[in-house]
Amino acid sequence: MKWFISPRELRRKGVVGMNQRNADLIAELNPRHLYPLVDDKLRTKQLALEAGMAVPELYGVIETNHDIRHLPRIVARSDDFVIKPAHGAGGNGILVITGRLRDSFRKSSGRMVDLEGVGHHVSNVLSGMHSLGGQPDKAMVEYRVKFDPLFEKVSYQGVPDIRTVVYKGYPIMAMVRLPTRDSDGKANLHQGAVGVGVNMGTGRTGQGVWHNRIVDVHPDTGAPIQGLQIPGWDTLLEMAARCFEITGLGYLGVDVVLDRERGPLMLELNARPGLAVQLANGSGLGERVRLIESLHSEGLSPQRRAALAQECFSGSAQPAA
Amino acid sequence: MKRFHLPLLIMALVAMSLTIFYHKAFNLGFPLTPAQTTNNWIVEARVGFEPTGGAVTARVFIPDQPKGLAILDENFISRGYGLTTGLVGENREAVWTTRQPSGRQVLYYRTTVYQLDRDRRRDAPYPGPVTPPEWDEPYASAAEEVITRVRARSADITSFATVLVRDLKQVPDENISLFVSNSDSDRAKVRTAIDLLAGARIPARMVHGISLTERARDLQPQTWLEVHNTRKWVPINIHDGSVGYPENFLVWWYGDEDPVRLSRARNPQISFAVTQNYMDAIDVAQQRAQVMDSRLMDFSLFNLPVQTQNMYRVLLLVPLGAMIIVLLRNIVGVQTFGTFMPVLIALSFRETELLGGIILFTLIVSLGLAIRFYLDRLKLLLVPRLASVVIVVIMLMLTLSILSHNLGIEHGLSVALFPMVILAMTIERMSIVWEEHGPSDAIRQGIGSLAVAAAAYLLMINPTIDHLFFVFPELLLIALAITLLLGRYTGYRLSELVRFKAFKGEKAP
Repeated sequence: MKWFISPRELRRKGVVGMNQRNADLIAELNPRHLYPLVDDKLRTKQLALEAGMAVPELYGVIETNHDIRHLPRIVARSDDFVIKPAHGAGGNGILVITGRLRDSFRKSSGRMVDLEGVGHHVSNVLSGMHSLGGQPDKAMVEYRVKFDPLFEKVSYQGVPDIRTVVYKGYPIMAMVRLPTRDSDGKANLHQGAVGVGVNMGTGRTGQGVWHNRIVDVHPDTGAPIQGLQIPGWDTLLEMAARCFEITGLGYLGVDVVLDRERGPLMLELNARPGLAVQLANGSGLGERVRLIESLHSEGLSPQRRAALAQECFSGSAQPAA
Repeated sequence: MKRFHLPLLIMALVAMSLTIFYHKAFNLGFPLTPAQTTNNWIVEARVGFEPTGGAVTARVFIPDQPKGLAILDENFISRGYGLTTGLVGENREAVWTTRQPSGRQVLYYRTTVYQLDRDRRRDAPYPGPVTPPEWDEPYASAAEEVITRVRARSADITSFATVLVRDLKQVPDENISLFVSNSDSDRAKVRTAIDLLAGARIPARMVHGISLTERARDLQPQTWLEVHNTRKWVPINIHDGSVGYPENFLVWWYGDEDPVRLSRARNPQISFAVTQNYMDAIDVAQQRAQVMDSRLMDFSLFNLPVQTQNMYRVLLLVPLGAMIIVLLRNIVGVQTFGTFMPVLIALSFRETELLGGIILFTLIVSLGLAIRFYLDRLKLLLVPRLASVVIVVIMLMLTLSILSHNLGIEHGLSVALFPMVILAMTIERMSIVWEEHGPSDAIRQGIGSLAVAAAAYLLMINPTIDHLFFVFPELLLIALAITLLLGRYTGYRLSELVRFKAFKGEKAP
C-alpha cells in the first residue's frame, strides 16, 4: 500500500483540500464582517438565546483582572463549571472543573487546583493567551455539560460533541468527536480525538478516524463506536440549519453537545471548520456541496432544509462498515 | 472579465518585468552574473597643426556608434578653442575653432569604448548599383578583362571583392599592373579597388579605423574596404581579401577624406594611442545608460547611499523568502510557527551561517522553552512573562557568546544578531502550542519552521540571486506574479495526499 493517495483519486471522491476550503468556501461564503459573531462565543450565545436556541447556561463573565475577585461568587452556586475564553479557538484555554473540595477544585483530569490557580487561568485568558490574534479576551463561566450516557463508554475524560458542517444553511456532513487520552480530553481531531462519521439520514454513527487512520473502537476504552444512535437527531440538524440564519455564514461548523437532561445544546460556532469531517465520514464535502447547489432554492425554512439534507445524504453518508 | 483579471495582471507583471530586465541586460549591458568585469579601451587621438595666421578652424572626424563597440565616454581637450560636433554625411566630426592661435597647436580627443555583443548602428539602405566609371583605353579594356576574370571565379558580391583584392595583391598580370603598383599605399589600393568594383556596378567605400591593441602609441589608422552586398556593408581586408574586421576594430571614419581638415593652418598630423582598461561591468553599464540618457537609471538603486544599498541587498531577498513560504505552506503543506517567522529566522541565518544558526536556534529555543515553563509556574501575566522571556533570551545569548568565544568558536558571537524578540516570540508560541496541542505538534512546527528557514536561507545566500535581484529589482514583479499565481492554487497540498490516504481503496459512492 502506498503511503499517499493520488490527487486525481481525491478529486474523484470530491474531497476538499485546505486551499480549496480557504478559497472557495471560506473566502466566498463567509464575509469577514460576520466573523465577530462566531469568534466571540459570548455574542454567539446571545444570538442563539435571542433565536430561542438551547445553549449551556452562562454563570458569569470576567472581563478584567480586577474582576477575578468575583470568581468565587460566580461559581458559588455550582460545584462544577467550565471556564473558557470568549475568543478561544480549537478548544484551547478551556478549564473544566468537575468538583470542589473546600477551597480546591478538581479538574476534569482529576488533578486538584486551588482558587489562585483558577484565577491565574482566568488571567491568562484575559491577556489573550488563547485567543486567535492574541487580543485581550473575556472569560466565560458556564454550565458544565453532563453528557449523554450514550457516549459514556466511548469517551475519555472530556465531553464529546457533534460537529455539523452547514453549507448555505443545509447541514451536509456531521461527525461525533470523542476525546481520547491523546487529545487530553479535548474534542479536536488534530489533537488526537476520534472523529466518527454520522449518517445524515438516520443519525447513526459509522466508522471513525483517529490520527488519520480508520478505527472501529475507541482507542482508550475499546468500546465499539459504530451504530450508536444519536438521540434527537432531527432536532439537532434543525438547530444546525438555523445557525445559518442567525449568523449569515455560508460555510459553518456547528458544535452541539448532548446534555443528559437538557438534550442538544449549541456550544459554539466555527467560521473555519476543518476538513477532518471528510475522513470521519469517508466521503468528500465537494460532492455534497455540488448536490446542494443543484437543488438549492432561496427562502426555505431551516426545518425544510434539514429534512432535504437528510433525504439527500441518508444513503450515501457511510460506506459499508 | 473577472475571470481573466488575475491572469491578465500576472501576464502584465511578467511582461513589464521582462521588458525592463531585457533592456537593462542586453541594451545597457548590465551583467547577469556577479563580479563581472568588462574589457574597455581608452583611445586618444592627438591632432597637431601649425596655424598660418588668423582664425583657425580644425575639422576632425570622430567615431560615431562604431560597429561591435559602444562609446562610454568622450572628452575633448583643447584650451582656448570653441567646440561643436555634428554629422557630415556618414561621419561625425568635431569642429574646433579659435581666433588667434600662436605656435604649434595640439588638440586631443579621448573616448572610452567597450565591446558590445550587438550593433546599435543601423546600416544605410542599399544605395543601388553604381554607374561604372568611364575609363580611357587601355584602362577600359584592362578593367573589363580584370572584372570578367574575377567574376568567373566568384559566386557573389562578397567573394567577388575578395578575389579582386587578392588579384590586386598577388597576380603579376599586365592588366592589373596598369592599375596598381607594389609601392602604392593602402589608401591607393582601396581607391583602385573601389573603382574596379564600380566597373562591376558594386557599391564600395573606404573605411578608416584603429585596431585596439594593448598599450599602443603613435598608431596610424588602417584603411579598409567595404562593399555593399545589397543587405549590408561587408568589410574586406585590403591585404589578404579576408572578410570582416578583426576583433576590437574601432571604425573611425568613412570615405576618402583626410581625418583632419584645416583652414588657415598647415602640416596636420594625427596619431592615436590605445590603453586597455578593466572596469566593473556595473559601472560600465551605468555610464553607458547615462550616455544613452536612459530614464531608467534615475530609478536605479546605485544612486542610493552605500549603506542604504547594503540594506536593500538584504531587503530585496525578503520577497523571495516569502515566496518560498507560500510554496512550502500552501503547496507542500509544511507547518510553521506563524507565517513569516521562517523568513526572519532565515535572515538571521545570514549572520550565523546555516549549521551554526540551526544549532544556536535550537539551543536558545530549547533553553528558553525550559525557562518559559518555569516562569509559567510563577503564574505571571502575559506581557510581563513575554518581557521576562526576552530578558532571559538575551542573557542566554550573552552566556553562549562568552562561552563559545572562550572555546574558540566564532559562530557564537554572531548570535547577538539573531533578533531576540523573534526568538522570544518563538519560544512563547512554541510553549503555547506545546501546552495546547502537545509536544509533538510543537516540535513538528519547530522543525517545519527551521526547514523552511533553511530553504529560504539557501536561496537567499546564492550570490547569483543576490546579484540579480539587486541589479534588476524589477525581478520583484516576477516574484509578485508567481505569488499571485500561487495565491489562487486551490488544489491539494502535498501533505494532504498523505493526510487523506484513508480514502484510498474505497469505491467512490
